Amino acid sequence: MSLFADALAWIADGAHWGGPGGIDHRILQHLAVTFAAVGVAAVVAVPLGVLIGHTGRGRLVVVALAGAVRAVPTLGLLTLLGLALGIGIEAPLLALVALAFPSLLAGAYAGVESADRAAVDAARSVGMSEWQLVTRVELPLGADVLLGGVRAATLQVVATATLAAYISDTGLGRYLFAGLKARQYDEMLAGALLVAALALLLDLALAALQRASRPSTGKVPS
Amino acid sequence: MTRIPFRPTQVGLALVAAVSLTLTACGGESDPLSSGEGGGGGDTIVIGSQGYYSNEIIAEAYAQALEAADFDVERQFQIGQREAYLPEIEDGSIDLFPEYTGPLLQVWRPDTEARLADDVYAELEEAAAEKGLRVLDQSPATDQDSYVVTRAFAEKWGLETIDDLAKVTTPMTFGANSEAEHRPNGPQGLKETYGVDVAFTPIEDGGGPLTVKALEDGDIQLAIIYTADPSIKKNDLVTLEDTKGLFLASHVVPVASDDVSDEAAGIINKVSAAMSPEDLVDLDARSVDEELPAATIAKDWLEQEGLL
Amino acid sequence: MTWLDANREYVLDMLVQHLRLSVPAILASVLLAVVLGRVAWRWPRAGTVVLGAASLLYSVPALPLLIVIPVLLGIPLRSGLTLIVALAVYGTALLAGTAADAFRSVDPHVREAAEAMGYSRAGVLWRVDLPLAVPVLLSGVRVITVSTVSLVTIGALVGIPSLGNLLTDGFQRDIHAEIVTGVVATMLLAVVLDGLLVVLGRVVTPWRGTVPTGVTT
Repeated sequence: MSLFADALAWIADGAHWGGPGGIDHRILQHLAVTFAAVGVAAVVAVPLGVLIGHTGRGRLVVVALAGAVRAVPTLGLLTLLGLALGIGIEAPLLALVALAFPSLLAGAYAGVESADRAAVDAARSVGMSEWQLVTRVELPLGADVLLGGVRAATLQVVATATLAAYISDTGLGRYLFAGLKARQYDEMLAGALLVAALALLLDLALAALQRASRPSTGKVPS
Repeated sequence: MTRIPFRPTQVGLALVAAVSLTLTACGGESDPLSSGEGGGGGDTIVIGSQGYYSNEIIAEAYAQALEAADFDVERQFQIGQREAYLPEIEDGSIDLFPEYTGPLLQVWRPDTEARLADDVYAELEEAAAEKGLRVLDQSPATDQDSYVVTRAFAEKWGLETIDDLAKVTTPMTFGANSEAEHRPNGPQGLKETYGVDVAFTPIEDGGGPLTVKALEDGDIQLAIIYTADPSIKKNDLVTLEDTKGLFLASHVVPVASDDVSDEAAGIINKVSAAMSPEDLVDLDARSVDEELPAATIAKDWLEQEGLL
Repeated sequence: MTWLDANREYVLDMLVQHLRLSVPAILASVLLAVVLGRVAWRWPRAGTVVLGAASLLYSVPALPLLIVIPVLLGIPLRSGLTLIVALAVYGTALLAGTAADAFRSVDPHVREAAEAMGYSRAGVLWRVDLPLAVPVLLSGVRVITVSTVSLVTIGALVGIPSLGNLLTDGFQRDIHAEIVTGVVATMLLAVVLDGLLVVLGRVVTPWRGTVPTGVTT
């Protein structure tokens, strides 16, 4: 497909690397935004999810809320926050945090819940405190599912971080919008390919991490 | 074995099919599944508009005026920026579109030297004919690109014209839609014509609230805001004078395909003639301040002018 | 008079457009995912490849996919079909794995019993496998319904009308009420469709007491 060839040529073009608008710079920006969003969301979502999974309380309410947040169109959140906060990275970051939240939360409580009940009961009967239970039994056993949530959240954020370019000069999304507006489809497709490649690499890395976290014996959840 | 009185899978499928058929039956005015093709029967005039509320109001005015004269009209509004819709005008899928003389001429003839309204219009007529299109009469109403700074910034550096920007010694950032980066009226043109260097940051709201806020917050020092935008007056912004003619005259002008009959063209020309520059600013102000839909604003204006 | 009062017709119009884009996309996703899931279940090795490829598609960001599809399929960029195809791609990518799981969740003994009773292969599929796979499948369909309805709004960035237009227009004119209306309407639409799916689930599987809640990652 000649269009794909053009896009690849655009990426290979040395003039497009280096400098504030260069491909390397944009990739770093895109990664930074992604990690920041997932990180900030995780700081709240993971402890909350662990709490819910461990105590078994509040599940219904939180699940419903998370489902509602998932239904919010990111573009809407972005534009509202943009009008309130102006240009810059704050508004897109907040919108992406909201995007990452449901998957991280679900991964956290599903992970804790997936820990083998027998192991938990055994640990409790041996006299472990609740805190020790969480950190030494439930989290390690549930790490696989938790990381699954991290993986889902990261993938969604990486793809949607392209929207950040709608109101701030950040990330690979710039190539999409600039290319679309100027009808330079090679630039636009190049941006798309770069984001897809980035997403793929992150996914593979997190999948490997997930595999490494699986308990060495017993059932392996899919 | 208890028998279920009906076949679950089949009932389910039937329900789904029923829902889908109902949806197909209740159609909206703008059928998303048919855009990009020539409007209905030869008599339907397809009117498009930019992804710009001011342009949509003008397009609505055209549409309502034509409908009042018993023409069949199909609306395809909020298409996007010029780069998105121009191919469809050029290939005839859209019959009528409100455009702006200067910017349109620069797309078709990037090296044009025309600057004044009549020169631009004359050249535009030629350029359109080359594409198999025609432009109807241009309206007195203008909606110009203009470079804008805050009152505070203008007073600090004594800025009245764009040349004065050379006086500014602190680094400046220019904010505008991303297409401005490559257009002659963006930072490249500023450098070539006035020798002023600016950094560029994209803001995709067409000189809207985000741009204004960015100016006031000091995130950008210079922006493109269209002259018909009520926010210039509202926020006490200063338009810098274009002494070297970077911007071409930009009057509202309808672009039409051959499917638009002479009778229809006549009606549109009447609408164009009735719109003054002040009218357009007022219409835009109504949209932003009273938050009314384009259809209402257009209708009120047409009735006021006795065109409905 | 609130913004909504003055613009009711416009909002309703956009709501209908939004539905006309979401529903075909969801239906197409379910169809394709069931087919792919069935393949993955029957031939596990081919299945891993197929499901892997499907999840790869999910990592392609929405806006570029919208641009590439017209190039690949020769349809106009601004047509609803482009958006529907893109949404169906995402829906299928998300749902195919769940569909395979759904088929796996059917107790093989039931299948064997049906075969023993003389059901043909097609009969087993339609009368046993599909109905029994519905609960797991439905939880996945509910998730992609929500995500599809939300994603339709992106079309506004390339001129495909939907509730997303309220977001971009409200943004341009600084009308917060318009953006909020767009967001709330989109969410309401998702909730209503979700509710309809729950009802559909109960109708299609009358032997079950409840349908599982469908928030999967």
